[in-house]
Amino acid sequence: MKKVIMGNHAVSHAVRLARTQVVAAYPITPQTQIVEELSNMCAEGKLRAKFIKVESEHSAMACCIGAAAAGSRAFTATSSQGLALMHELLHWAAGARLPVVLAEVNRALAPGWNIWTEQTDSLAQRDTGWLQFYCTSNQEILDSILIAFRVAEEVSLPAMVVYDAFYLSHTYEAVDIPEQEPVDAFLPPYEPSVKLDVDNPMAFGSLTTPEYYMEMRHKIEEATERVHEVLPTTYEEFGRIFGREYKAVEPYRCDGADLILATSGTVSSTAQLVIETLRERGMRVGGLNIRMFRPFPARAVREALGRCKKVAVLDRNISFGQGGIFAQELKSALCNEPHRPQVFGFIAGLGGRDITPASIEEVILTADKLDAPEREIEWIGLKT
Amino acid sequence: MDGNFAFSRNPAHTGSGAMIEIRFHGRGGQGAVVAAKILADAFFREGKHVQSFPAFGVERRGAPVTAFTRIDHAPILIRCNIYQPDIVVVLDPTILNETDVTGGLKQGGMIILNAPRKETGIQRLEQFLVATVDATAIAVRHGLGTNTNPIVNTAILGSFARATGVVGIESVLASIREGVPKGPEENAAAAREAYEHTQELTTISEKR
Repeated sequence: MKKVIMGNHAVSHAVRLARTQVVAAYPITPQTQIVEELSNMCAEGKLRAKFIKVESEHSAMACCIGAAAAGSRAFTATSSQGLALMHELLHWAAGARLPVVLAEVNRALAPGWNIWTEQTDSLAQRDTGWLQFYCTSNQEILDSILIAFRVAEEVSLPAMVVYDAFYLSHTYEAVDIPEQEPVDAFLPPYEPSVKLDVDNPMAFGSLTTPEYYMEMRHKIEEATERVHEVLPTTYEEFGRIFGREYKAVEPYRCDGADLILATSGTVSSTAQLVIETLRERGMRVGGLNIRMFRPFPARAVREALGRCKKVAVLDRNISFGQGGIFAQELKSALCNEPHRPQVFGFIAGLGGRDITPASIEEVILTADKLDAPEREIEWIGLKT
Repeated sequence: MDGNFAFSRNPAHTGSGAMIEIRFHGRGGQGAVVAAKILADAFFREGKHVQSFPAFGVERRGAPVTAFTRIDHAPILIRCNIYQPDIVVVLDPTILNETDVTGGLKQGGMIILNAPRKETGIQRLEQFLVATVDATAIAVRHGLGTNTNPIVNTAILGSFARATGVVGIESVLASIREGVPKGPEENAAAAREAYEHTQELTTISEKR
């Protein structure tokens, strides 16, 4: 049934439909409504989960790790400072191969104290071993949570569903909330091959000497790479059941494009309008929405960008001293190609500054007029 | 009764073409954010694509609050703030003294104002279409909020339906009944009364 709901509640519905067994969370703006609604759902008996109130995000993730190790489907949500506090245990969840799902609402890190959107918080967790998916609409948020559980459990790795503070979290729009039955068909109960079990005692997380540790890491890498095979078939099955199509990387009007704008999150949505307008003016421009960030879909990116002359990357994040993080990843995916496009890195919208169609047009027109990048970072809308 | 007012006689507003962008001004506690959401829901009932969101600030009771609604016949791809609204809804007349409620309002755009009949300060609004309703008195009459702190958001939505003619009052009432945290019938009755008592103060054609 289609209903007008906020992005945060799209998560709550997905977590309910996934028949999640343990929710542990600590409130933080702009995430709080996710777990508020889940708490209501538990109280009303719509979700038969153990809702664990904790004193910090570190503990929230610790609860999820324990629950998943005992064979439960576990969920938490956070943002910004909360995600930073979880950092140690993010590594633990991935290292222990536990398919916890986390909804992460992008919010800028302090100081200056800020509650608005920016992707640096989630991208700073890129080396923790978590899968990461970035969303462009409330519908996509709901669908991505279901898909994240399915893929995470298939490869035994945790997954993060990431979306913009306020531009989705607090925005109301129509979302098709599926019935329970098709969701059950898509997402069967979680049944791990090994789990904490009093009837079959085992030790988890014990000392791992240099003799074994590297192989464990190799296995994590193999499992992460396997997402490239698992995800397309999962998207295909999701499309068959629910009628909505997704891809790890989505080209938009890239046919014959000389210049392609690469974006992620809600900026990809606004960018479509700008690309449409510029195409009408005769400019050969296309767009690329990067939905999956970990594992990085390097092959799909190369296929989408292989024939164009220039790529403009709009990053709402920054790695100080190196620039936009999506730009870095894109460059590394392209660097061994014999005919690679020039990559222009732009930074805009930090700390929730609005990215309007005019800002996106400025990005495209700047890259269009330059033959090659003049500097590592072009700042958009910077006050001087 | 829909469609009697000047706004709805302009085909630019009711044709199948353009997106309609609406901005709400209120104070924390008056329900501007909920009004924006309920209005989006009412348009959704009529088959439109909708998007509604608060101005992304920190909310405090009594502080100026802004919220937005977008309506279109096609899926809404734009995801940024509204800078040039077609319609402005003002829940609190005292906000006119501290906020430029007409900022960016398109020429020929409409303002729906909660105001007793002899509101001062309306002169500044005269290049726009202005409709007024005494939403405060209506809210008090229907027991919404308290006498000193009435919740006017549902009354003003009834007025919106009447003044703009772009959404049916029955859709608005249905969305109010489903969307308010309490008192669905009292809120719907307030919206109905506001719908019937909305006044159009000016029209651009009259001025010409």
